Amino acid sequence: MAIEQKKKDEIQYVEPGQIGKVIKKDRRKIPRVVMPEQKPEERVKNFNEVPYGLTPELAIKEAQRCLECKNQPCVPGCPVEVDIPGFISLVTEGKFVDAARKIKETNSLPAVCGRVCPQEEQCEIVCILSKKDKPVAIGHLERFVADYEREAGKIEVPEIKASTGKKVAIVGSGPAGLTVAGDLAKLGHKVVVFEALHRAGGVLVYGIPEFRLPKTIVQSEVDYLKLMGVEVKTSTVIGKLKSIDELLDEEGFDAVFIGTGAGLPNFMRIPGENLGGVYSANEYLTRNNLMRAFDFPKSPTPVKSGKNVAVLGGGNTAMDSVRTALRLGADNGYIVYRRSRNEMPARIDEIHHAEQEGVQFKFLTTPIRFIGDENNWVKAMECLQMELGEPDSSGRRRPIPIEGSNYEIPVDTVIIAIGNSSNPLIPQSTPGLETNKWGNIIVKDDSMLSSREGVYAGGDIVTGGATVILAAGAGKKAARAIHDYIMSKK
Amino acid sequence: MELNEIAYKEELCPKITMFKIYTPELVRKAKAGQFVILRAYDHSERIPMSIGHLDREEGLLTIVVMEVGMSTAEIVRMEAGEKFMDVVGPLGLPTHIKKYGTCVVIGGGVGIPPINPIARALKEEGNKVYGIIGARSRELVILEDLVKEAVDELIVTTDDGSYGMKGFVTDALQKLIDDGVKIEFVMAIGPVIMMKNVAKLTEKYDIETWVSLNPIMVDGTGMCGGCRVTVGGETKFACVDGPDFDGHKVNYDELMQRQGLYVDQEKIAYDDYLHRCKIGLRKPKKETKSQ
Repeated sequence: MAIEQKKKDEIQYVEPGQIGKVIKKDRRKIPRVVMPEQKPEERVKNFNEVPYGLTPELAIKEAQRCLECKNQPCVPGCPVEVDIPGFISLVTEGKFVDAARKIKETNSLPAVCGRVCPQEEQCEIVCILSKKDKPVAIGHLERFVADYEREAGKIEVPEIKASTGKKVAIVGSGPAGLTVAGDLAKLGHKVVVFEALHRAGGVLVYGIPEFRLPKTIVQSEVDYLKLMGVEVKTSTVIGKLKSIDELLDEEGFDAVFIGTGAGLPNFMRIPGENLGGVYSANEYLTRNNLMRAFDFPKSPTPVKSGKNVAVLGGGNTAMDSVRTALRLGADNGYIVYRRSRNEMPARIDEIHHAEQEGVQFKFLTTPIRFIGDENNWVKAMECLQMELGEPDSSGRRRPIPIEGSNYEIPVDTVIIAIGNSSNPLIPQSTPGLETNKWGNIIVKDDSMLSSREGVYAGGDIVTGGATVILAAGAGKKAARAIHDYIMSKK
Repeated sequence: MELNEIAYKEELCPKITMFKIYTPELVRKAKAGQFVILRAYDHSERIPMSIGHLDREEGLLTIVVMEVGMSTAEIVRMEAGEKFMDVVGPLGLPTHIKKYGTCVVIGGGVGIPPINPIARALKEEGNKVYGIIGARSRELVILEDLVKEAVDELIVTTDDGSYGMKGFVTDALQKLIDDGVKIEFVMAIGPVIMMKNVAKLTEKYDIETWVSLNPIMVDGTGMCGGCRVTVGGETKFACVDGPDFDGHKVNYDELMQRQGLYVDQEKIAYDDYLHRCKIGLRKPKKETKSQ
């Protein structure tokens, strides 16, 4: 708290341009900034956000590391093409609000993306500095300016083009849908976002925990869209209450964007999976994040999270689940993953944070059954040890079970985080909408247009489980195509 | 009348209350066998609820709520004129309605209301529909008139014989079979044990039987998988694959276990709520900020 307060005080007193620029040749001597964050032993006891964010001084110093190189490899590295050198240059001048607005020209969700984007695989990996040194901390800077603008109360409606009289329906209010909504609203179209749950944000509110993405930040990004005239209708299940065809034919929408996300959780299909204490990550996280089970009974939705919690899977969702379990009082939080550390799909930062918090990793381990107690509650998990064989179709070495290596891990909670398959509600209720064998909507690569005229799709419903920023990137592409389509339509 | 406003409230018997909620679009779209999810206030749990009746002219949805815990206690204390925070739906797949011939719809306890729209839909398709409704005792026999109107013949059973035929719904069903009624289709909704026993009986006579399951649910759109049930050895999600399933294939014992997963917490929340009622903090302030 003390640091947070300090940060706020500093924000008020730093004037643009107050901190002098270092001369160019000295830039390379500045070490990459280290984000201040809560100590691991403290943060496992609360749901507050782990990093505190940069101070204005740290941000300016970090921004000065940018060499302003001609090629700007970071820009194409960003799925939503943020003018990264442009906003960083504004940061060096202390023009934080202008920097935030520069980002918002192409990205409606900077406070979210600054937190959950895998920058290390996108903009930062291609930073010219990373050849000899660490790249510019682009993500930290993005987060800083977005927070600065919000905390300083400087969020304003951006320039919005004159009304076109066109209407677009967005199904799903996750990162893909919100991006499409923002881009189209700016172009002067009427946008209505339909969300099945009672809060807008999709995976940003039900999936990603508070300690990684505070819900007030998601809310403020949604509020920003509302300022731009976007209408958000929660608790409205498209495919049930209204069909895509009804939106187009009866409600006067000129186009529809489907961004309904990853949908149904996958299970292991092994014995004992329906015992008490075995959750999908979606359910476990939704109970905590959307329904606030950590605040039970003040919040009436419960979750039963035990002392020995095993999370199956190696992605970001698995890390979110196990770190949530620690915060709910687990003595032992295990990541059980069938391959080795190198193959884990989670962000390095997330793995690192989990390790710091005391998460125990059980690599090359596959559960083969869950064992229940007399009350049909899970009490142990029988596992097999694996070894890595030849690379499979994903290019990762295939795990092969070692015969006779069976052993049991005592657990009282199991969280299955091995991905999702697509939700059937929209394809079921939309004749002519083509899907692939996994139920993902098939779209054209360049436009995100589905097999139905005027119906576009993007995000996890198209790709299967991926990242927030890839969904936003797809949304961006779709928004452009939708704009062209509705403007050419008579 | 505003969306989600309670147009009418009636206590049918102690702890069981009927609401008619104004939600015209949902009522227009809903089909027999589907369900809704309610949230009373902004802080409330999401509660799946069967559809008791669809008044398409007035746009009114009938639901019947039994007070069993904190969230249902909160709902039954709502009054006409108040609005539910959310009424989400229609969810789930509709009951498979077609011309079967002779059908028996069976409702037990708070399973009585949802057989009403199903009976009506079956009758509309030209089926002869028998209704069997059962409860522990006379006062718990609810919506008898509504169901009577929906079926061709109605049999009421009570466990203690205080009203109608003494015995269980399965006894009445057995009697129909013994009387030589040739039944092509049975739909049973009620406590898990009742549905299990109905299915056990009809299996002997090889009568197609469907049951409507009510496992614990969070989102109701397939996203969480909390409502998973085992049907024919396969895991199904009641919210998107059901709620209706082939009664002869459901693993009822597992369903019962899973329904009881949060018994301890439900008691804690309920006690906490009743305590707050007692000290006058019953109605938590409605948050005005909407999304």
